[in-house]
Amino acid sequence: MAEQINTLPYKANLEVYSETLQRLAETDRNIIAVTSDSRGSGKLVPFGKKYPDQIIEVGIAEQNLVGVAAGLASCGKKVFATSPACFLTARALEQIKNDVAYSNNPVNVIGISAGVSYGALGSTHHSLHDFAALRAINNITVVAPADNWETAQAIELAANIDEPVYLRFGKKPMPLLKENNNEKFEFGKGRVIAEGNDVLIIGCGETVYPALEAVQILKEKGIAATVVSMHTIKPLDTALLARLASTCKAIVTVEEHSIYGGLGEACASYLLQHGICKPFKIVGIPDEYTVTGSQGEIFDHYGINKEGISKVVEALLK
Amino acid sequence: MTTKELKQKSVEYRKKILKYIVKAKAGHTGGSLSCTDILNVLYNEVMNVSPENFTSPDRDRYIQSKGHTVEALFVVLADQGFFPEEDLETLCQYKSHYIGHPTRKVKGVEQNTGALGHGLPIAVGTALAGKLDQKNYKVYTLMGDGEMPEGSNWEAALTAAHYKLDNLCVIVDKNTLQITASTADVCNTDPLDEKWKSFGWAVKEVNGNDVDALKEVLQSLPFEEGKPSVLIAHTTKGKGVSYMENVLKWHHGVPTKDEYEQAIKELDESLLTI
Ligand SMILES: Cc1ncc(C[n+]2csc(CCOP(=O)(O)OP(=O)(O)O)c2C)c(N)n1
Ligand SMILES: [Mg+2]
Repeated sequence: MAEQINTLPYKANLEVYSETLQRLAETDRNIIAVTSDSRGSGKLVPFGKKYPDQIIEVGIAEQNLVGVAAGLASCGKKVFATSPACFLTARALEQIKNDVAYSNNPVNVIGISAGVSYGALGSTHHSLHDFAALRAINNITVVAPADNWETAQAIELAANIDEPVYLRFGKKPMPLLKENNNEKFEFGKGRVIAEGNDVLIIGCGETVYPALEAVQILKEKGIAATVVSMHTIKPLDTALLARLASTCKAIVTVEEHSIYGGLGEACASYLLQHGICKPFKIVGIPDEYTVTGSQGEIFDHYGINKEGISKVVEALLK
Repeated sequence: MTTKELKQKSVEYRKKILKYIVKAKAGHTGGSLSCTDILNVLYNEVMNVSPENFTSPDRDRYIQSKGHTVEALFVVLADQGFFPEEDLETLCQYKSHYIGHPTRKVKGVEQNTGALGHGLPIAVGTALAGKLDQKNYKVYTLMGDGEMPEGSNWEAALTAAHYKLDNLCVIVDKNTLQITASTADVCNTDPLDEKWKSFGWAVKEVNGNDVDALKEVLQSLPFEEGKPSVLIAHTTKGKGVSYMENVLKWHHGVPTKDEYEQAIKELDESLLTI
């Protein structure tokens, strides 16, 4: 399955973000991108050229960026505050908490080059804490689209709902997870990408694809896996989670995030509190000084790849 | 060092910066070349810091707030003997401690930086400790001109003036460019000298690519008794390589093989006119 879909054309989700925003701006003058010397990293240079009045540049000042975005949103602008996820959700966390979420200013906080996309630039440039930090803040939806389709859908939806949303993307070209038959995309509704009775694998963002690749390896070993793209980390699709978890033998979550406080712990917490107890393992970045390398090397190091995921599944089923 | 030796050092550093950026296939080229002369003069002429005294509480401290131009720092630290230069062959590679920003895993690095707007507050704390302990060390921090809009800088600037930290020196690498465009077009911070002055700092300006001028001004610290000092260093981004000078894309551009050879040729030729 993974081999087939691999042949479909694909881009970085970041690129799709920029294209979608341009498309929306064609008919909507209220679409505003706010940047902090980040329009290049956010692939927004063409947007800025086409709609110079719809991009606000604040300089390298991320706290200011989020505050300004909140003010714009309070006046009816559909704001996309765009900056590397690491700076937005660490330095500007208080602005997200108070000026966006608490004050209910419907800013779309766009965390670019998320997770370990910046690889060898090191921990200052990684965002492995953003799900954890934002899950603990009331009134913000937390989304990590997995492929180009989910990205385009999420951006369009974010532009048109009147609520704070955090979206994070990476820089790596992402294959389509499956061909799309008029599926409807909603925040808070996970997507089942593959179906199998033995194990449930839940990923989000750029880790769904390696989970899907693991399906093939597992199949050869006689293990049938369900794979879910849980693009919305908060609110979590607990109905889907409970349904799938009840019928499988083991559960593995995979995320480009610390193993603390992210998708895995969100799932574990729900299941345990609702009496659904299965062998369970969180795959992610452990609590240690993150190894140096490209995103791919970091993934491989921590077993966030098809081999690593398969091994974890096999161990759980033993 | 003589002026001639210092100038030769700068060329040597620039060649090595390019060498390791090409090897790593990554790096912040333009901003490393703009601050090369500043680091050269600080480490070879001004600061009292060496591999031997690096654990001494009396050493001078250098905190690179514009962490992205780490290649310049690593090359200078290797030359000072903090670690073997060959270590830089592993820059940005899997499991290397030599990553794309300063980290304390590398000997000679004072603080982990890379997110802009962090160096100055840490430098203020370090200078405050020096005052509290009646030490004579000085604290230096290098900042980018694009970095100026981060609010934390100005919060720290107030603290420094309030505590009369004349053991603290900020150097602004005013190369007039950042990633998106010129600093004037992204978020104009001019007149920069007036801003620092109004925050209670003693300000001087210098040609930041002139080793003699840098040496003279940095040996005259503090610029004013009882005030923190800021040196606005007017530099050229991409300094020393004709096709990189003042060209935006070289912020993090990596030279091709041909471009690299051309750059080395130009730098070698410049040695002849020193
Ligand atoms: C807080 C933070 N925001 C954004 C960045 C990304 N970034 C790295 S370098 C840079 C431009 C810096 O420009 P400047 O300070 O002028 O540096 P120089 O020209 O000396 O390279 C930006 C935006 C960062 N490292 N830290
Ligand atoms: Mg600059």
